Amino acid sequence: MSKTIFELSSAGRAGATLPPREIDTPLDKLIPQKYQRLRAPRLPEVSELDVMRHYISLSHKNHFIEKGLYPLGSCTMKYNPKIHELLVRNSCFANLHPYQPESTLQGALELLYELQKDLSEISGMAQVTLQPVAGAQGEFTGIKIIEAYHKAKGNTHKTKIIIPDSAHGTNPATCHLVGFDVVELKSDEHGRCDMARLREIVDENTAGFMLTNPNTLGLFETHIEEIAELLHSVDALIYMDGANLNALLGIVQPGKIGFDIIHFNLHKTFSTPHGGGGPGAGPVGVVEKLIPYLPVPIMSKDDNGYHLDYAHAATSIGKVHTFYGNFAVLVRAYIYIKMLGAKGLRRASENAILNANYLQKRLEAYYHIQHKEYCMHEFVADGSWQKKENGVNTLDIAKRLLDKGFHAPTVYFPLIIPEAMMIEPTETESLDSLNAFADAMIEIAQESKENPELLHEAPLTTPVRRVDDVRAVKVLDPIFKIEK
Amino acid sequence: MPYISNTDKDRQQIFAKIGIEEFEELIQAIPEKFRLKGELNMDPALSELEITHKIQSQTCRNICSATANSFLGAGVYDHFIPAAVDSIIQRPEFFTAYTPYQAEVSQGTLQFVYEYQTMICELTGMEIANASMYDAASAIAEAVLMAVRKNRLSKAILPASLHPSFVEVIKAYTEGIGIELLTCPAKDGKLDLEALEAMMDESIGSVVMQNPNYYGNIEEAAEISEIVHSQPKALFIASVDPISLALLEAPALYGADIVVGEGQALGNNMYMGGPLFGFFATKLEMARQMPGRIVGGTLDAVGNRAYALTLQAREQHIRREKATSNICSNQSLCTLAAAVYMSLIGREGFKEIALQSAQKAHYLAEEICKVPGYSLAYPNASFFKEFVVNTPIPAQELIDKLLPYGIYAGVKVGEHKLMLAATEKKRKAAIDDFIKALKEVSHV
Repeated sequence: MSKTIFELSSAGRAGATLPPREIDTPLDKLIPQKYQRLRAPRLPEVSELDVMRHYISLSHKNHFIEKGLYPLGSCTMKYNPKIHELLVRNSCFANLHPYQPESTLQGALELLYELQKDLSEISGMAQVTLQPVAGAQGEFTGIKIIEAYHKAKGNTHKTKIIIPDSAHGTNPATCHLVGFDVVELKSDEHGRCDMARLREIVDENTAGFMLTNPNTLGLFETHIEEIAELLHSVDALIYMDGANLNALLGIVQPGKIGFDIIHFNLHKTFSTPHGGGGPGAGPVGVVEKLIPYLPVPIMSKDDNGYHLDYAHAATSIGKVHTFYGNFAVLVRAYIYIKMLGAKGLRRASENAILNANYLQKRLEAYYHIQHKEYCMHEFVADGSWQKKENGVNTLDIAKRLLDKGFHAPTVYFPLIIPEAMMIEPTETESLDSLNAFADAMIEIAQESKENPELLHEAPLTTPVRRVDDVRAVKVLDPIFKIEK
Repeated sequence: MPYISNTDKDRQQIFAKIGIEEFEELIQAIPEKFRLKGELNMDPALSELEITHKIQSQTCRNICSATANSFLGAGVYDHFIPAAVDSIIQRPEFFTAYTPYQAEVSQGTLQFVYEYQTMICELTGMEIANASMYDAASAIAEAVLMAVRKNRLSKAILPASLHPSFVEVIKAYTEGIGIELLTCPAKDGKLDLEALEAMMDESIGSVVMQNPNYYGNIEEAAEISEIVHSQPKALFIASVDPISLALLEAPALYGADIVVGEGQALGNNMYMGGPLFGFFATKLEMARQMPGRIVGGTLDAVGNRAYALTLQAREQHIRREKATSNICSNQSLCTLAAAVYMSLIGREGFKEIALQSAQKAHYLAEEICKVPGYSLAYPNASFFKEFVVNTPIPAQELIDKLLPYGIYAGVKVGEHKLMLAATEKKRKAAIDDFIKALKEVSHV
């Protein structure tokens, strides 16, 4: 295991040089002693080379897209083009201050304005806010808009939001954060919303409905027209969680088929890097009647140029970010969209769907698949056969995949499929890499019969062996104890 | 087609394997009338060369703070970033990796987060930090929510000296769930201690302080803490500038219960205000109430040191509507930049950066006040790297008049009040140029 950066520290070393003091006022004349700290923070004292070696050595312990397939369902781990990285680092993006006069930000504002327009077209929505910085914050923004809409209409009785049991955990967590009661909707035997049950639970108190489409089983919610009619008949709004939008580019415009609000995950669908957990971006699109509630500012254009527009501040839900969102992430998504164009976006979704169906077909004889039909961009297989017959569970299968150079699928999710493995290959994988992954999965199915012990012990070849995350909770160790 | 490997031949092979003749068969579940007829209405696709030209034409119409003489701050600051920071965060091993759920192939990410958490605790004096929030604003909002979880008291006091955008975000996060936000007025540019004392009673769940505050002034943190803790259940939330912590007392030592702040200044470019990242630290006793991901040290199956996400039972993917927060994606790569930055700058460098920032800001303030008509707006307050001056002409007029000189004069915080910041990057000559221009435009 690598030493921590603190253990590499040696008094007097430094990894950066600073200019000499041009003005040398003593500290006590600047800041009264009573505010000063007595003990300096014990940051590491290391050279630039020490720092480089340390972090590069850490980097070698990560799986990443350029290393191998990353089939995490609903995470859309597609390739992140390098031109994004080159262009976003332009000083006239990187060194812009958010409070610069508008006249000095025209190029940046034009880019944001065009991105708003393109995302509106892709989603079929009337307007888009780029401010939310993550999918979950997009959800938060969308649910706040539902709250504001009902408040403006005097709908104080509307206290509940319906969410299918296949939804991501962020959906119920977000509704709770905004203050709505969550009503869970069971899925039917086809993996879709149970319409009979939905008719029972929709009533005058229903404020909205959150639906991931395609859902987390990789299935398109076929009944969307009935769902929209039913919800709209009680003036409830329909929110589309856009986590799986990579299946629909140029195929379906959600705003044209009954959805009122959608969030995008630019770090999934529009290929901005995941960064080991972020930053992402979670813009939100809405239909015409909800534009007044969008966060401020939005980008607008008139004869004088592009503007940070606060005109609807009185009706807006306010702000969800200190400034205008994750600008550098937005730039990358803009480049991606401009380079693909309408045909390229459609082609991306088509190939994502093709690749998922191909994998599903190759694996169906080896792993149980609950919902056997054509999938969209992802599908859910599970380890229930292996568990029953060989005492091997999905976690074992996931860990064995790591040994074979692949990342694991999303496991134990959605919660409605026991031993679930949610597999999303994305369109950027080639047939060769799909075959290599399928071969590995089939090998593992074989190994689980012949040598289940091997799977219990997996992974064997990774930088560390199976990590004890129970101990990480029991013996909580969140910071290094610095001694020197 | 960019970034797609499947050739027509590959597609045919895939069609044959799946048993379809044409793509449309795969999307039969989508009702026919909902399928888009024709194409999305978008500009034609651009090649790499064409998008490069387009982006260049756009960036040319921005005037960045690197070419202008900028005194803008108010939450985002132009501090020096060593070149090695970008070299590390550009490594695809870090930037194309996913959240480290599969610990065995994510030890690189997990260990840097652990080290980042340690550095944040070192700066703040706290015992545990999370892996990041979106920005300082959402971090304060989450801190207020955490305080309610801890003490079940739904009133929070925000100071009038808090960044107005933070206030907006906190409102959005708290207003729907019965949390009452009260405002403690400011006096001479600082939180009014007497007013706070009068507002405190057993119904107050938390008190927020920004330090240095929105106006750049250093708050009486120790006294505020004492007033807050006169109510045994009330929690003291400090939002601090991390660079200031090289010089200013660690918040744990003046009694802060939750310490948050805007981390951008630690090795991250300004990027028009995003991505930022909020750091979030507290006491161990509140670990289970915290929002966001936390990395902990542990062992692997054969007893080697390893790292893993810990206390995940707090999080949305496990606990759903009972989670402590809805946060999933955070600002991880920005915290990598921060960790690399703090490693490079080191113990002495960190103090030097803070000191030089303060020296330049104070020099700037002194020189401005020598110009007739200008004075410090809060002469009785101490400041770190940002301050407010009274202006003889309206602040907006001053900003507009200095723009042709290539100067971003600062942020207007009142009709005749301008706020300016300086960091170690600001050269003395640039300050002198600014003063010269200020004299020229200030003739009333």
